Amino acid sequence: MRHTLTTPRPGGAGVGFRIGLDVASVDDVRAALQRWGDRYLSRVYTAAEIEDCRRDEGLAAERLAARFAAKEAVVKVLRPRRDDPLPWTAIAVHRVAEGAPEARLSGAAAQLAQRDGVQSVEISLTHEGAIAAAVALATFADPTGGAA
Amino acid sequence: MNDRIRRLVIEHARLAIAPADLHDDSDLYACGMTSHASVTLMLAVEEDLDLEFPDRLLTREVFSSIASIATAADGLRAVAGP
Repeated sequence: MRHTLTTPRPGGAGVGFRIGLDVASVDDVRAALQRWGDRYLSRVYTAAEIEDCRRDEGLAAERLAARFAAKEAVVKVLRPRRDDPLPWTAIAVHRVAEGAPEARLSGAAAQLAQRDGVQSVEISLTHEGAIAAAVALATFADPTGGAA
Repeated sequence: MNDRIRRLVIEHARLAIAPADLHDDSDLYACGMTSHASVTLMLAVEEDLDLEFPDRLLTREVFSSIASIATAADGLRAVAGP
């Protein structure tokens, strides 16, 4: 059996998609957390995300950094224009069954996804030492990937 | 306003260029500012100027240069009044 994924090309066939990749420095996130505290948290992360990152000894900077990378990876697949407002909290990472991450879009992010005909956004995140990283994959029914 | 923003940019944006090479209209992202650094820059501007950027101003355009940040901040201060 042969499986084929079709890249987004005008006039092409199949499912269109975009991918986004981003990395974040765990140390930068830890420094921001120490310097700005709740103001930093509330401007970037949802209450549920903060709760997901809470540990006995406080907030896990590497988990926050992975979520920040995921938000930016999703931004890359949403491709906002330079003047499109996009608060960081409009893209949230949630853990669903068996720990798999899920991107939840609201407000401006949901509107951007709708504008381009995004059908789904899948994410994967990781952290190792000082670096956190995430990749996002957006799928479109339109095989141009919303490029038109 | 621009000088005040410039000081905050130099302190928080973690640019890959020398401050002497930073102009009011320099593209901060092109100069090495990461997305995360744009968050800390925003928080620093808000603290320094005692204002808060509303969601409608959270655009790449607003945080792309000293001049654009200053314009946005001036607008917010004008609305807030003395």
